[in-house]
Amino acid sequence: MVPRSIYFVLLASVAAASPAAAQQGGGAGKLLLTNGISTVEGSSGGGLAPWAVISGNETRDGFGAQAAVTVVTLPDYDLKAFSVAVGLRDRLELSYARQSFDTNKVGGALGLGDNFSFDQDVWGAKVKLAGDAVFGPTWMPAIALGVQYKKSLDPLVARAVGAHERSGADLYVTATKLILNYSLLVNTTIRATKANQLGLLGFGGPNGTQRRVVPEASIGYQFSRRLVVGAEYRRKPNNLAFAREDDAWDIFAAYGIGGHLTATMAFADLGSIATVDGQRGLLVQLQGSF
Amino acid sequence: MMVLLSILLATAQVAAPAPQGEEAVAPYRVDPANAGAKPFSGDRMARQFGGQPGIRRIVDSFVTSNFADPHIGEIFKNQDAVRLRRVIFEQFCYILNAGCTYTGRDMRTAHTNMGVQQADMNRLVENLQRAMATERVPFAAQNRFLAKLAPMRSAVVQR
Ligand code: HEM
Repeated sequence: MVPRSIYFVLLASVAAASPAAAQQGGGAGKLLLTNGISTVEGSSGGGLAPWAVISGNETRDGFGAQAAVTVVTLPDYDLKAFSVAVGLRDRLELSYARQSFDTNKVGGALGLGDNFSFDQDVWGAKVKLAGDAVFGPTWMPAIALGVQYKKSLDPLVARAVGAHERSGADLYVTATKLILNYSLLVNTTIRATKANQLGLLGFGGPNGTQRRVVPEASIGYQFSRRLVVGAEYRRKPNNLAFAREDDAWDIFAAYGIGGHLTATMAFADLGSIATVDGQRGLLVQLQGSF
Repeated sequence: MMVLLSILLATAQVAAPAPQGEEAVAPYRVDPANAGAKPFSGDRMARQFGGQPGIRRIVDSFVTSNFADPHIGEIFKNQDAVRLRRVIFEQFCYILNAGCTYTGRDMRTAHTNMGVQQADMNRLVENLQRAMATERVPFAAQNRFLAKLAPMRSAVVQR
């Protein structure tokens, strides 16, 4: 369980690190919302799928950063993610996320103890290879390549559920474009992964030990400079024998408050998790950036 | 015959004196294609921008805000605001199919050696968005217009 104070440390560090940005009155860098929100794995993008955008408000000529707190409240579990990401010259992104998964009553039922919670670290790197999400030819999206190295901090959990490994790396390629003509943001991500439930339940298992290539997609309509409403879908492998794993999807609304804060609310359906079906609920994220 | 005529026309325009109140610029070939985008067809966009009077107000506040801008104002300072107002109006009016032709320079020539960076471009787009919002242009129409300008980035922003 990550202490609540980390929230404030993260957000305060963003605020403290951006006196220059504050003087600019916001918006001297990227266009509003074009740094995306932060995925639960820390990369900039939607809530579930990383996009070919670079975190922070910087453009080609500087560096920026963002930090986010994400809370997903499900019927039987809670997932919290605290993440930071820096962007360099709108080209390279380095990110870190700490995920904390609280099993509430299910923990007790599975013999782990009530409110048993376990954590995972996700280290990410993403490089934008070509294109631009907003400018340039309409047919040319921004294209990025990324890696997320994930490591469970509770190896017992991965072993108990029959996963092969407690750590693993996801590789992905992503393409993103804001099609201005239709005010539509479109993203496709192809990920090679063997993570079980994002890696929280380890990597690989009886039904598969190799990386599987899975698609992810996001679409968003830009209602105004500040408001994007959309949906996401993320396919997930199904490697474990003791429980089925479902694909995830969400519908979201992201709102840019000034140039440095983005609030997101989503209805997320994560399907069946560790034998407990119907895990759908509210995702709330607050993100600060400069 | 057509070729001869167009050569004659082109030469005539190169020699044209600067309009009232404007500084002279180096000779260039006048061609609406210099606007950098194909105009919309139909009159829907023109109507959503309030016709020529609306476009005039948008361009006025857009140009004013660029000159007054704390970040990019420096780039505009000492430039010919009178000419800029006229040709930007022509360009917007032409692209929006509101009944104008464009007589200015092409985007690459107009922005050479200006050192425009991506952040400047974003700032300029934000000023334009503000001007369009003030004129109550629907957001989807704003974006449709920006879609015409977005591909010009490579001609404007210095690598
Ligand atoms: C897609 C975006 C842009 C469009 C459509 C555009 C359009 C134009 C047009 C039509 C002209 C006049 C050409 C002429 O005088 O014949 C012009 C000139 C100029 N533009 Fe842009 N522009 C864009 C981006 C920018 C940016 C980002 C900056 C700087 C922040 C900038 C700064 C200037 C300046 C200073 C002039 C005056 C040049 C001179 O008089 O020599 N423009 N632009």
